[in-house]
Amino acid sequence: MSKDTVVRLRGVAKDYRRGTETVHVLHALDLDIPAGDFLALMGPSGSGKSTLLNLIGGLDRPTAGTIEIAGQRTDTMGEGELGRWRAGHVGFVFQMYNLLPVLSAQRNVELPLLLTSLSASERRQRASAALALVGLSERTRHKPRELSGGQEQRVGIARAIVSDPTLLLCDEPTGDLDRKSGDEILDLLTALNQRQGKTIIMVTHDPHAAARASRVLHLNKGQLSPEAAA
Amino acid sequence: MLKFLPLLWANLNRKRLRTGLTVASIVVAFLLFGLMQTLRVALTGSPELAGVDRLVTMHKVSIVQSLPLSYLTRVRAVAGVKVASSLDWFGGVYQDDRNQIAAMAVDAPTFFEVYNEYSLPAPQKDAWLKDRAGAIVGRALAERFGWQIGDTIPLRSNIWTRRDGTNVWPMKIVGIYSAENGDNQGLYFHYQYLNESRAEIRDMIGWVVERVEDPDQSAEVARRIDALFANSSTETKTATEKAFIQGFANQMGNIGALLSAVAGAVFFTMLLVTANTMGQSIRERLSEIAVLKTLGFSSAGVTVMVLAEALLLTAMGGVIGLLLASAATKALAVSLQQFFPVLGMPAKTYAIGALLILLLGGLAALLPCWQAGRFKIVDALRRV
Repeated sequence: MSKDTVVRLRGVAKDYRRGTETVHVLHALDLDIPAGDFLALMGPSGSGKSTLLNLIGGLDRPTAGTIEIAGQRTDTMGEGELGRWRAGHVGFVFQMYNLLPVLSAQRNVELPLLLTSLSASERRQRASAALALVGLSERTRHKPRELSGGQEQRVGIARAIVSDPTLLLCDEPTGDLDRKSGDEILDLLTALNQRQGKTIIMVTHDPHAAARASRVLHLNKGQLSPEAAA
Repeated sequence: MLKFLPLLWANLNRKRLRTGLTVASIVVAFLLFGLMQTLRVALTGSPELAGVDRLVTMHKVSIVQSLPLSYLTRVRAVAGVKVASSLDWFGGVYQDDRNQIAAMAVDAPTFFEVYNEYSLPAPQKDAWLKDRAGAIVGRALAERFGWQIGDTIPLRSNIWTRRDGTNVWPMKIVGIYSAENGDNQGLYFHYQYLNESRAEIRDMIGWVVERVEDPDQSAEVARRIDALFANSSTETKTATEKAFIQGFANQMGNIGALLSAVAGAVFFTMLLVTANTMGQSIRERLSEIAVLKTLGFSSAGVTVMVLAEALLLTAMGGVIGLLLASAATKALAVSLQQFFPVLGMPAKTYAIGALLILLLGGLAALLPCWQAGRFKIVDALRRV
């Protein structure tokens, strides 16, 4: 693994059981993603994009193969260890934002920090800084239902970056937004990649969004297309 | 754990009506529990208030049957008996049938030797012993009717009749006593005063109370007393005061068991209500719990949060319910003092209540905890 490779997958396969049938979602994937990359994963529905993202993010385990993130094998970790690893290394951005509706923007962003030993004031400061970074300093006390879709996604991004993760995994981050809001989110992700050096993997159907990435990979029937392989 | 409190609180506030109704149900359950515990202890006669070295000798058939006065002297002669006194139920009514008073005709000279938890100033005690028509009353009873030393009150009996055909005995209050066990609602007067003036029977007493020299020998002393009157026309049954009070209460049926059964049914219903609320709440939030797990919260951590939420819910309802029960008991104690002189919520009710809060919260959270801990993140996120 070269020094600046953050994600390294070797022979990664994923099968699901559906009744008596076994569905092969991913087939022996090899993939290297360097630090600071902004990678777009494209492909038709059911091609395995989200499954691949879940495997890289440690939300699921491969049926076969090895996954190494920032030098650590995650495919061999136990559930508790994987949870702690996720908290420190991965930020997730979801298509439907997945904010907790009962909490304010500030409290939503503070959530990942509850797992750290930071004091309440330190947590507040960091969450405020993350919200300022995404341009929502004026909306810290608002609940998700009081925000627009674009603003909700900004809160989602602030939550993803607040613990300064190695990787930012975005699953259709603009999929539920209009073009203007989507562009603003893409601007934000680009800025995080270029100015903060964040490594971003973004699953998208949208070629317009994929065009903002520095690299595009195509998944089809569980296999990376030849021109996109590492 | 404190840092998770805003999250727990926010979750409980999510559906305020549902949470409010659940808490209200728990409040009612704990209010009923507190009142039933109080009532159970009051009806079973507070056996814990009984003296450990006191025995009670009564007619073998029932306490309603009288004993010959001579038994008092014979009991005093039994080995192991330190002192013995007699009591006779008078059934007093003051002015109005609603003013029921626990009045007893007693053997005055030995009364304070047997009931050493009652205290009366020495001059008042002397005055009582010298005055056959004199009576002593509990402090609370005196305050209730505004009686003072020197007052003469007409006390009607709903059991006995005087030889002149009336049933009112004038009683002169010569002392006001205080009792450590809280029974300050009684009225005690001389047995001779009743015996000489009542029409129905003479030289008969209700029961004998004796203190023994060695509490460890109580059973043996009781056996000796009953043996003394065996095969006579009036056989006796001697038991510890605690057993006597319990037996007295049992004449009303097994009220304690009945109240416990009602409380159990109430709590079982509450368990279902709370478990349903928690289960519904967790099912609605599976995707949010999946997000928490995605952020790094462990299954154990999420399980603890669900448990804490259930405990917070039951604790809110339980504490409010117990406090209301305590306040209600205080209010009831005033209006029911003639029936239950020591009515009050027993201290152990709070301890049992705290255990029930934990039990109810824990059991109600069992299924939701299992749900929250076991699902796969990717499956739950897919449902969003």
